[in-house]
Amino acid sequence: MDQVLDIATTILVFGVAYAMLLFIISVGLSITMGLMGFVNLAHGAFAMVGGYVTVKLVTPLGIPYLLALVIAFMAVAAFGVVMERLLYRWVFDRPELDHVLFTIGLVFISVFAVTGIWGPDPQNIQLPKILQGDLNLGVKSIPVYRAFMIIAGGAIVLTLFYGLERTRIGAQVRAAVDNRRMAESCGIPTGRLFTVIFALGSGMAALGGGLGIQILGGLKPVFAFEYLVIFLIVVAVGGLGNVRGTFYAALVLGIIDFAGKYFLPEGGGFFIYGVTFIILLWRPQGLFGKAQR
Amino acid sequence: MQKVSTSLILAGTVALAGAAEAREYRVGFIAPKSGGAAQLGEALERGARLYIKLHQKDLGEHTVKLIVRDSKRPGGPFAKAAAQELIAREKVDILGGVVFSPNAMSIAPLATAGKVPFVVMNAGTSWITKLSPNIVRVSFTMWQAGFIMGEHAARALGCKTAISGYTNYPPGKDSAAAFKRGFEGSGGKVIDSIPMGGPRNAPDFTPFFQRVKDKRPNCFFVFVPGGNHAAAASKTYVALNMKAANIKFIGPGDLTHDLQLQSIGPAIAGTTIAVHYHADLRNNANDAYKKAFAVEYGAKAVPDFVSIGGYDGMAAVFAVIKAAKGGNITAEGALKTLKGWTHDSPRGKIMIDPTTRDIVQNIYIANVVNDNGILRHQTIKTIPGVKDKCKELGIGRCGK
Amino acid sequence: MSDATPSPAATELLRAHRFRLIELLPWVVAIAVYFLFPGYRLMATQILVLILFALSLDLIVGYAGIVSLGHAAFFGTGAYAAALLANAGWQEPLTAVAVGAAAAGVLGYVSGWVVLRTKELTLLMLTMALGIMLYELAKDMDEITGGFDGINFENSPILGLFAFDPLFFTSNYWYAFAFLLIGFLVVRLIVHAPFGQSLVGIRENDRRMHAIGTPVRQRRRHVYTIAATIAGIAGAIWVQVQGNITIAVYEFEMSGNILIMVILGGAGRLYGAFIGVIVFAILENMTETVLGTDPPYWELLLGVALVLTVLFAPKGLLGLFDPFVHRLRGKAP
Repeated sequence: MDQVLDIATTILVFGVAYAMLLFIISVGLSITMGLMGFVNLAHGAFAMVGGYVTVKLVTPLGIPYLLALVIAFMAVAAFGVVMERLLYRWVFDRPELDHVLFTIGLVFISVFAVTGIWGPDPQNIQLPKILQGDLNLGVKSIPVYRAFMIIAGGAIVLTLFYGLERTRIGAQVRAAVDNRRMAESCGIPTGRLFTVIFALGSGMAALGGGLGIQILGGLKPVFAFEYLVIFLIVVAVGGLGNVRGTFYAALVLGIIDFAGKYFLPEGGGFFIYGVTFIILLWRPQGLFGKAQR
Repeated sequence: MQKVSTSLILAGTVALAGAAEAREYRVGFIAPKSGGAAQLGEALERGARLYIKLHQKDLGEHTVKLIVRDSKRPGGPFAKAAAQELIAREKVDILGGVVFSPNAMSIAPLATAGKVPFVVMNAGTSWITKLSPNIVRVSFTMWQAGFIMGEHAARALGCKTAISGYTNYPPGKDSAAAFKRGFEGSGGKVIDSIPMGGPRNAPDFTPFFQRVKDKRPNCFFVFVPGGNHAAAASKTYVALNMKAANIKFIGPGDLTHDLQLQSIGPAIAGTTIAVHYHADLRNNANDAYKKAFAVEYGAKAVPDFVSIGGYDGMAAVFAVIKAAKGGNITAEGALKTLKGWTHDSPRGKIMIDPTTRDIVQNIYIANVVNDNGILRHQTIKTIPGVKDKCKELGIGRCGK
Repeated sequence: MSDATPSPAATELLRAHRFRLIELLPWVVAIAVYFLFPGYRLMATQILVLILFALSLDLIVGYAGIVSLGHAAFFGTGAYAAALLANAGWQEPLTAVAVGAAAAGVLGYVSGWVVLRTKELTLLMLTMALGIMLYELAKDMDEITGGFDGINFENSPILGLFAFDPLFFTSNYWYAFAFLLIGFLVVRLIVHAPFGQSLVGIRENDRRMHAIGTPVRQRRRHVYTIAATIAGIAGAIWVQVQGNITIAVYEFEMSGNILIMVILGGAGRLYGAFIGVIVFAILENMTETVLGTDPPYWELLLGVALVLTVLFAPKGLLGLFDPFVHRLRGKAP
């Protein structure tokens, strides 16, 4: 019995910590896709830049990790606004295939830029002392960093939920995702709304990039390509533009991925894709998406 | 028809190079310059270029031109197309480089058909040398370190049980198989063997490591490719506090790869590795190498076991060029020079086995120690003249 | 058909189907490349095969509006069928291509039943998941497939006459050339036939097509199967001309890049596949050689090319030529 409890704790703790990371990075992608129907494959590039900013603030400059995360969030959010105003706006009205081509082009450029600025070497950081070591839960010891991930992630989730349910801008977002034309004719400025959401989403991705360095094992210039697939899966399973759905999707996929690898390492990377396949066949619109119009 | 055309081309180059004056020897060098493994490609090329710079004078009036091509993604089509271009268009005398085994394998038939000697400077899957009679390997095979580590774990570290975790691709499987053979041959027992994802993206190693932690073996043998994977794996060992659970962390040198060692953090001290080169080896050749490396690439740059492959690979290329004495390099001539070739490398004395064309070298058992905040490898044992056990024992594809 | 004068609409269709002189251009270029650049022949051969692969994808993306991020599933299945047959001793290449085509076609038909019920992002994710699952499978079964490291194998001469050349890729090139030519003619026939036109109709408005009695789902399944079969052929040839296979044939990059190539050249216009593949492959492979640069500038140039294409050539690179073509034909664009 103790052993069962022990294993269950392990899977829950690590699975949820991973899920938080998936959620933080994917949620911005989900909303931008839901709101404008814009397929932003360069979303991972924002996470990558956020990660690099964090590393470079911590290691050479000695800025505390948590502060570095906040700075990365703000810097990349601002960068997102610039990109959105300068480049993205020209292609919003284009067909989806153009979005794909355009944003993949941006990913290629980001890979080049990151390699050029920071070199091809993987980047790592030393966590502050307070986030190292173990936390004894009674049943089992878990790494402090995972506990931190869960708490920080949980706080972000609650803030987002609250913001979306209770604030004016949240209501506007929900309305626009639901029916953009109707929302526009009611006077909701979807363009400006999108800019705000885009900035927020980019900043969240950056935060995820900074938080994930420790879990994903370092940051490389190809980060934006390597993790694109998993972010897309979370968005699709959660349902476009659905924050709650994205959260549950991240939770399901994070825990299943961990449990699968823990119990059946031979199955390797198979699980998460198999589960995605089945879920999407069962509910093509995603776990919490609305039926396709 | 193909033989005719090749020999015609060869005849053509002979005619052109008839007059033996100062000659430029062209060496094709294929390595990842972009993508996830660019760091390893950079290390390999640094080693190769450094050797050329330091030893150019040994060739007298002749010169060497390194023609570099990007192999991009491992397993992709680029390496083979680049090799064809290097042979047919650039008319290289020798092919070299290659970080990934699949690239070495796909190039092998080109080396045979083009009658070009092919010096493999990194790729470590054991049976590569069997794919072409023109291949010589100066790097390592996974079996060398894996087998020795297995013996050492059972005999010296006193481990009775072990779990091996490996990246799920042929070098990883080789390494785990070699460890098992060495470990169980010396009385240990491997109680679990865990494939830990593919070689492309560094996965989150936690589920695999947590599984090991819950099974409580004495030793945990880990093979993951150097670079990103290695850093992630070692960090996971630290993060899960496995040292406190009395699980010894051991593996081939990739685990505490010199390029990543400092960034893993001091908690990795105590790890034991088996490796053919680490930057803290104490010998004159290595002191000189490290010094030259720092002068050329900056004080922060560290040589590692990949760069040494490029460095010694170029030494082999130079040996072939010297033997050609300003004339043409033929595959037969080059192979004659390289079979049984010995060299005083920064990693100690190395030799090319005349029958297998594979490297014979020292394997070092080293501990990671914390030297006033800087992590170093401390050699505790040297096993001289280690051959590739896979071919010695005739296992699987190595046997055929 | 022959006795009645075709209606204006039918005339337009027939005119589109008629061969024009300019259509000889790619083939003349392909023949010239063979003789001019023997040192790049393997790369050129790879490009020929990729064009065939891109054509098969264009058939579903450009004509039927089925956007797939997992087309390598079929490419790889054809490739493994051919490679494993040769490795097991069945070295005749043409029958191996047939087996590869059949294997990919069956996979296409079966998976089409399942995934084509969905659209847009879901369809994208399902095709992608399928491709990646096959990749993982091939990686894990490396006793058979050779996995990450791959296998080298040999085929017997084509038709018993032309041996594959592992150094100068002579017969290999013409082998790929011939398959591309045949494949192209087949695809061209399909898209100009009523079947192909009904696909365009489905892409534009599937409800209306359904309303006028077109079996929409069936058509989509059929074209998906055809595209899978052609992709399987491309995969089989890809490994045969190189004499080598690795799990890269199932890689996500394979699916992603080929989709980018199709859109880059211009989806739904046949020759877009030619232009897209050639531009992509040349930027990817030749940038460093031409510029003599050391760091990977190919990523920059490729990225910029993609971004500029979207901004300034919304119909793909081929679309840039539209104004000239229209002027030549004396029509307003």
